Parts: sequence; C-alpha cells; structure tokens
Amino acid sequence: MSILVFIEAAEGSIKKSSIEAACYAKAVATQINSQVTALVAGEASEAEIQALGKYGVEKAYLLEGDPFKNFAIAPVSAALTQAAKSCSAKVIIGAKSNLSDAVLPRTTAALKASMTTNVVSLPSTNGGFEVKRSIFTGKAFATVKLESDIKVLSVKKNAIELSESPVSIQVEKLAVTLSDADTSVKVTGQEKATSAISLPEADIVVSGGRGLKGPENWSLVTDLAKTLHAATGCSKPVSDLDWRPHHEHVGQTGIKVSPNLYIAIGISGAIQHIAGINASKVIVAINKDPDAPIFKVADYGIVGDAFEVVPKLTQALSKI
Amino acid sequence: MKILVCITSVPDTTSKISFTNNNTQLDPNGVTFIIGPYDDYALARAVELKETGKATHITALNVGLADTEPVIRKALAIGADDAIRVNAAPVDSWFVATQIAEVAKSGNYDLVMMGRESIDYNSGVVHSFVAEMLGWQVVTPVMKLDIEGTTLSISREIEGGKEFLQANLPLVVGCQEPIAEWKIPSMRGIMSARTKQLQVVEPTSTDLKVKTLNFELPPAKSGCKYVDADQVEQLVSLLKSEAKVI
Ligand SMILES: Cc1cc2nc3c(=O)[nH]c(=O)nc-3n(C[C@H](O)[C@H](O)[C@H](O)COP(=O)(O)OP(=O)(O)OC[C@H]3O[C@@H](n4cnc5c(N)ncnc54)[C@H](O)[C@@H]3O)c2cc1C
Ligand SMILES: Nc1ncnc2c1ncn2[C@@H]1O[C@H](COP(=O)(O)O)[C@@H](O)[C@H]1O
Repeated sequence: MSILVFIEAAEGSIKKSSIEAACYAKAVATQINSQVTALVAGEASEAEIQALGKYGVEKAYLLEGDPFKNFAIAPVSAALTQAAKSCSAKVIIGAKSNLSDAVLPRTTAALKASMTTNVVSLPSTNGGFEVKRSIFTGKAFATVKLESDIKVLSVKKNAIELSESPVSIQVEKLAVTLSDADTSVKVTGQEKATSAISLPEADIVVSGGRGLKGPENWSLVTDLAKTLHAATGCSKPVSDLDWRPHHEHVGQTGIKVSPNLYIAIGISGAIQHIAGINASKVIVAINKDPDAPIFKVADYGIVGDAFEVVPKLTQALSKI
Repeated sequence: MKILVCITSVPDTTSKISFTNNNTQLDPNGVTFIIGPYDDYALARAVELKETGKATHITALNVGLADTEPVIRKALAIGADDAIRVNAAPVDSWFVATQIAEVAKSGNYDLVMMGRESIDYNSGVVHSFVAEMLGWQVVTPVMKLDIEGTTLSISREIEGGKEFLQANLPLVVGCQEPIAEWKIPSMRGIMSARTKQLQVVEPTSTDLKVKTLNFELPPAKSGCKYVDADQVEQLVSLLKSEAKVI
C-alpha cells in the first residue's frame, strides 16, 4: 500500500508544484501510516530524481520511450494507472496543471476511484477521507468526502508549505503496455515561450490590463516582472485583442493563479478577473481610478498613472 | 458527423455566491443561470462546424432537474438541433459522466464537445471520465479544432504555449477560448428554439463517489492599504517587511 504522487519534469528539472505535491503526499502518508511512491513524467536529471528523497519519496518510477516524450495524455495516463497498480496506491496526488488535469481523471476512471480537484488543504482521515476544495472559481469552498477505496486529488498551488523529510530513494523503470488506442492521438508540434517563467507556477505574477493602452507599452509589465523574477499575466480583453498571448489570460475563463504576490496594473478588477486571482496571498493594485473595484480585493494600492508609477516601482525594486 | 454538446447550467459569472440550509445548498435567490462559459465555447464551435458542412447534427445535453430548461432552450436558440435532459440532480462528476456516456453511446455520436471545466464546481474531470467509460480518446483544453473527413487537427493549451495534435473520431474534447466566439441567439433562433425537441430521459443508476458535505465562504479581506503614488519606496518596504512576499 502506497501514496502515489504524479511528478512533472521538463528540461531536467522537476516542477516546483510537483515538489509541493510530493510534500502533500508525504503528509498524507504520515497521517495514514504509508509511504510515498512517485511516477516521474518527462525529463528529470538524476540529481533531481534523487532530490525527491529529500521530501520523503521512497521510490520513483521512470518512463522510457517515445510515446511518453511529448506528455501525450493517453500514454501518460496509462503509465499512471500502471504505477498505481504496481504500488497498490490508496491515494494518488498531483499538482493542478494542464497535464494533470487531463491525466488524473483518466486514471481515476480506469481505476474506478473517486477524485476531487482544486484541493486547498490536507485531508482529514479520521473515519472517512474528507478534503476542502475551492469552488465557484475561488468564491467559496466545499468540504467533500471521497467514498471509493482509491482516492485521487489534484492539489492547488500553495495548498501546503514545502517541508523536508529525507529518506533514501529507490529508482525503477516502469514497464507500461500501451494499446493502439493509447497512441492514436499524435502530437505534431509545439509552440512555447521558452525563457518565460511559468504563470501557474510563479510565486510572483505581474499582470497588465486595458489601462496600458496597447501592446507597445508592455515593457512596463515585463520590466517589472523581470526585476521581481515574476511571470507575466493579463486580463481577458488584452488577450482577446492579441496584445498578449492567450496563455497569459488570467481569470474566470483563463488561468487561475495563487501566487504569493499578484500585481495588477491598469486592471479594473471585474469580478471575472478577480475569480482568477483571489487565491493570491497578497494583491497589489495600481490604477488611476480610485473607485476601481480592484482596490476592494487589494491588500496594497497605489492610485496613480501606471505610466509614471510603474517605472518608479521597477527602479525602487531593482535597488533591493 | 453527429456532435453531442454537454452544457452546464451555472450561476452567471457576476453572481454573488451564498449558501442556505445550514451551508449545504447554493442559495439561488437573485442568481441568474447561464450556459457555462466554457460549454458556450464548445457550442459555438459546434455550430460553426455545422454551418461549414462538417457536422450534420448537434444535440445539446444537460444532466439536471427541470429548472435547467431555460438554459437548454438557449442552447437550442444558439443553434443546437435538439436537446436531451437527463432528469437528475448532477450530484457528482462520476454520476454525470455515466449519464453522458450512456447518451453518447445510444445516440451514436461521433464527437462529444464539453467545456474545459464547469464554473460552479470547477472539477474539469467529466470529459476524461466519459472518454474512459466509452473507450475513446480525450483532448483538453482545446483552443482550436478543425475536421477533415474523420481526422481532427487540434491545438491544445500547454503551460506557456500550445501543442498541435492529430486525432480521429470518435473523440471527446474539453474546449476553451479562442476556439470560437460566444454566439448570441438571434430572434429567429429564439423563435425556432420553442419548437425544437427537448427530450427528457431518466438517469441510469450508478454508485456515488464523492459526497459534498458542506460549503463555506472565504474570510473577508481586511481592506486595502494605500500608498502615495510619489512614494513607491514605501510600497517596496511594506512588501518586504510587512507582507514578506519579496
Ligand atoms: C463570461 C465572462 C467571462 C470573463 N472572463 C474573464 C477572465 O477570465 N479574465 C478577465 O480578465 N476578464 C474576463 N471577463 C471580462 C471582464 O468582465 C472585464 O471586461 C475585463 O476583466 C476588463 O479588463 P481590464 O480590467 O483590462 O479593462 P478595463 O475594465 O477597461 O479596465 C482598465 C482599467 O485601467 C485603468 N487605467 C486606465 N488608464 C490607466 C493608467 N494610465 N494608469 C493606471 N490605470 C489606468 C482604468 O481606470 C480601468 O480601471 C469575462 C467576461 C465575461 C462576460
Ligand atoms: N450536469 C451536466 N450536464 C451536462 N454536461 C455537464 C454537466 N456537468 C459537467 N458537464 C460537462 O463536463 C464539462 C466539465 O465539467 P466538470 O468536470 O464538472 O468541470 C463541462 O464543461 C460540461 O461540458
């Protein structure tokens, strides 16, 4: 019996959110007296895999072969299902991402398990298995009880603090049998912003809205983001107008972020935008309209012209 | 090619959410219900596929009680040819997926289009459950979808970009923008929706996997601390020493 954690890696490194998931898995394992096994999808360096041991992972399954290279949904799901069977997983945990969103529920269905997403805290395991999750896009929470023998959880960023509990880790290749159907969806290409910091993963996010007037002014946002090692985001009209790419769109119909710090520049704070940011620890708003609704959810605010305030802020930050 | 579009009936995105009955039920007072925004993208793209001759028939499907019918009628007004309502409260994702899989199978649909996630419980799991139940493939979240014969070209959002895929029918997809622009029903659409068929079917039974115990609202924010536009250094020091986020 084991707790299985789904780990995502790319270009040698394991995603920070996956480390959070590993810590979550370890905490659950401690609660129910079990140990943590990991399935590593994607390319992780030897050192990164060994480092999983630091967070309490006792065994890691690795995947080999072309079908797994592009994170194709069906092969990775088949691998996760296989891993769950091999380690007799009782609980499967992953960090919320576009990949895990597609992979975890497939495995859940294959195992006839029960699953819940957007989990924000550790389960209570006295008697049943209950967890708190975020619903209505952050406007509320629900406590749910998972009834099946196997439970699958997708955990929201910042649901748990990182903590170390070192063990030695054993590494094993996982043999997965794929059907023709599993490889029938072909990945034909990819278009990716390479150097950019990932928005859902970032600890700090700097976002711009229509108040910035046009894409030619975006260096205001990107310069500040660079100084803070932050990811860049935007409001929906900004991506609809093609000022910024769609994967930067934050909100109800875009990416939901929960960073430590979210800085909103020239964003009015429409309820649909707030829905995507209200799980942030600290929100800073810069807007020239003192009545802009963004100030209702902000922790810190500057009423002023972004074109004057932001360069000064970037400069002040670069001095620290 | 027959398309099944699965729609949710959810509170309008501007709704204030509150609960009743000892925090076990959503308070529907003052809430307007709409087609889930992501489902609305799926529907809009389905209508485009029909307009361009790629699809022959669109059925809108909802698993819900009679109070969702106004939202189903709206889907008919936007362009679905007919609709099915599985007469049951959507108690958990597994239950809903079981109903959808049943309809998809018995109606011989080729493409099941859903939203990336519902905006009430934001689970984002129903499409994958349905695919696994049917033994089909699933792609989500889909930003672009085209069909040539039985081959689909799809672009899917990945972190920091997109990937391009080739898939075959039958398929389940979870949709998001910019797959299509939301459609507003025309007067003609609204008129014709009144006479289109809305079939009500009874659910298939299945075991429940997730039980919702209760709801709560997040604690209120303590209020905004303002910093003068000429004193950005003060903001920097607050973020550093008070909020401790930089
Ligand atoms: C179903 C639905 C879903 C939606 N989903 C989303 C979503 O996911 N995400 C999202 O963002 N939106 C979403 N929207 C749109 C949302 O309702 C708003 O229209 C949008 O968020 C507004 O974007 P904005 O704040 O950039 O622009 P605006 O509302 O135009 O605000 C611009 C702000 O900039 C300020 N400003 C102007 N000039 C300056 C200056 N020089 N310096 C400082 N401030 C300045 C103005 O005071 C104003 O507050 C959705 C809408 C619907 C109906
Ligand atoms: N009660 C329902 N009736 C019809 N379709 C649904 C229902 N619930 C969910 N769906 C579909 O499944 C998608 C994902 O929903 P969810 O997994 O609940 O986030 C939605 O966008 C809908 O397309």
